[in-house]
Amino acid sequence: MTETAHAGFWTRYVFSTDHKTIGKQYYFTAVVMALFATTWSVLLRLHLAWPDAQWPLFSTLFPGLFQDGVLLPERYLSLVTMHGTVMIFFVVSLALVSGFGNFIIPLQIGARDMAYPFLNMLSYWTIVPACLLMLGSFFAPEGAAASGWTAYPPLSAVPEAGPGSGLGQTLWLLAMALFIASFTMGGLNFITTILNLRTRGMSMFRLPLTTWTLFIASILGVLAFPALTAAAIMLLLDRLGGTSFFLPAGLVFGGEVLPHGGGTPLLFQHLFWFLGHPEVYVLVLPALGIAFDVVAVFGRRPVFGYRTSVWALFVIAVLSMIVWGHHMFVSGMSPYVGEYFSVATVTITAPFAVLAMNLLGSLWRAEIRLHPALLFVLGTIAVVGIGGLGGIFLATATSDMYLHNSYFVVGHFHLMIAVVTFFAIFAGTYHWFPKMFGRHMNATLGKVHFWLTVPTVLVGFIAMHFLGMGGEQRHLYDPSAYEFLRPLQWLNVVISVALLGAAAAQLVFLVNLVHSIFFGARAGANPWEAATLEWTTASPAPHLNWGPDLPVVHRGPYEYRVDGALEGYRPQAAPPGAPAATAVAP
Amino acid sequence: MTAAPAVIRASRDPNAPHGPYPVGLAGLVVTVAMLFAAFTAAVVVRRTGADWVPVPLPPVLWLNTGVILLSSIAVERARAAARSADVRRTGDWLAAAALLGVLFLGGQFVAWSALVSQGVLLGPNPHAAFFYMLSAVHGAHVLGGLGALGWTLRRARAGAYQADRYTGLTHAAIYWHLVGGVWLWLLATLLLL
Repeated sequence: MTETAHAGFWTRYVFSTDHKTIGKQYYFTAVVMALFATTWSVLLRLHLAWPDAQWPLFSTLFPGLFQDGVLLPERYLSLVTMHGTVMIFFVVSLALVSGFGNFIIPLQIGARDMAYPFLNMLSYWTIVPACLLMLGSFFAPEGAAASGWTAYPPLSAVPEAGPGSGLGQTLWLLAMALFIASFTMGGLNFITTILNLRTRGMSMFRLPLTTWTLFIASILGVLAFPALTAAAIMLLLDRLGGTSFFLPAGLVFGGEVLPHGGGTPLLFQHLFWFLGHPEVYVLVLPALGIAFDVVAVFGRRPVFGYRTSVWALFVIAVLSMIVWGHHMFVSGMSPYVGEYFSVATVTITAPFAVLAMNLLGSLWRAEIRLHPALLFVLGTIAVVGIGGLGGIFLATATSDMYLHNSYFVVGHFHLMIAVVTFFAIFAGTYHWFPKMFGRHMNATLGKVHFWLTVPTVLVGFIAMHFLGMGGEQRHLYDPSAYEFLRPLQWLNVVISVALLGAAAAQLVFLVNLVHSIFFGARAGANPWEAATLEWTTASPAPHLNWGPDLPVVHRGPYEYRVDGALEGYRPQAAPPGAPAATAVAP
Repeated sequence: MTAAPAVIRASRDPNAPHGPYPVGLAGLVVTVAMLFAAFTAAVVVRRTGADWVPVPLPPVLWLNTGVILLSSIAVERARAAARSADVRRTGDWLAAAALLGVLFLGGQFVAWSALVSQGVLLGPNPHAAFFYMLSAVHGAHVLGGLGALGWTLRRARAGAYQADRYTGLTHAAIYWHLVGGVWLWLLATLLLL
């Protein structure tokens, strides 16, 4: 009997303190937010490819955004801002870190729940009003925030600066403040849980790499997010309290000189990117952690270089905190400082190469089972390489001077923190779905989903690099207004067609997800014959995860192909001397 | 194999004999420290502006500083009392610490009123803006600390702390010292820089 065995509907599904329920709540909140953010990107891409076309239907559906079937310029900027903000903080962060983190950490370390279950519930219920505020900001009198996901002042600091700089921006800041509060609570919970609640025998170097990456991502979040909190407080005071932390003298809006003076917008940029850059790794590292776990299970061999991967993660974490200036090469910083940020940034390629090589090494002579989870991980590995190449040009100050703020940057970060992370979310979903719902997702639909998604996103986001090299700036409402960009307009059409295809392909995933929750084939406790701890309990995992006794761990997480037999594997909890379990060939 | 307990509880695992609190507290301390480090960086940058003219801060701040230091000492006295299993004095010292904390917040309010009555407002002067903002953010952390002290006071009065078991009290004390330390840091940043 468990303490919530007789709990009612509300405590069980709504205000639950069970980490698995909270993980699912985060996951589905992210799915809902992704539907919004994807819809906005569809509107953006339609407009960018065919800026002169009229879409009367959209005027009916989105009366505030369209006029006479054309997307309004100020609403275009709102949609760009909200797409970026919501995708980064309310979709990828929520699904990958908060969603999978909550669901998987206690199961992988052999704990019954998070260290602070109540705080965990509180952190989820702080995210809900944050989402509502963010979405609700579209109904502000002058529309949602329009200063980009980076919210640079003065555009974000002066309410008179333009539509979107008014109430919409204030709501944006409040929503972000709630997000940071929630994410910090979650991060503290993850760190404490991993350090304190590991079951007997689960030493740190027996942790699966998903948990390792979530651990390091949480430390990064706890260290980096306070800088944005400070920046947000100062920005709010500049907006509402008449201070001049970020506002210089002599700003003129609407023919009037503002009373502010002496502030520096660059200070905001430093504080923002002190968070912003580690945040990239908060998202990318768990993606790679999932990749390692899935590769081991579906490649049926131990992860190559487990310990070097862990040390590489630490090196990446340290470096990620001291490279933020590479987002600001054109801000007028001293060339010496720029050179430092360049060198430090390029240095990150070394530990990243270790991770990528270890992933490839794990695939070497693996007995690959082409399950959709592994397909998406192969995609993740490939895109880390492709996207990383673009990063080298942006990390180098001399080439960044030209590429800064162009579509090259947009293409690069979409590959790295959209494609890499989404692929990992998909891989994690196909992989852990049986543990979450006790059912399988449809593998054929999963493969269709993969093969429709890969070519479309690659064409779309790689083409953006060329658009950027051709000189097209991001945030441009109508690129065809510029003579020199007109010959490149066909690229915009290619990108839009490809990415609209990619968006449509996600419907396959959605149908599969929802259908499988109710009608998927029943899954056993360990359908993938995996060695890590989450697969030793029933599917779906029961409340408090295990029966009266917690599992005891006797070995590392990836003991596949033991005793020379391809099919042999040893679960982490199998006692010493036990014969290897035998995986049934697919 | 141990006998199956009748009720399986979520956060009572034998693997964490000291409970999850030390790590969680360390994380909280790091978060708070990083927040004020970011603010300090902002002061360091902003004070190079030509419009940075330090405002004479109200003398009551020295009194407030003394009060918050005294309250830290009171918390330590409470710990000493807990160590010698003196339930009554543990509670008394905690109550004194909390009272001094409230007094500190009141004193901060007096400082704000003094500045306002001199015509020093939030907007025009960056030094004053930092003072108002930092003391407000710090005050919010003091409120959190008062919550923690109130909670330990209740536990102390209920006799929950024993000579060899007063971890919760120690953690509240660590946070309270952090809040006091941050105040000293802010004062130094705003007065000496």
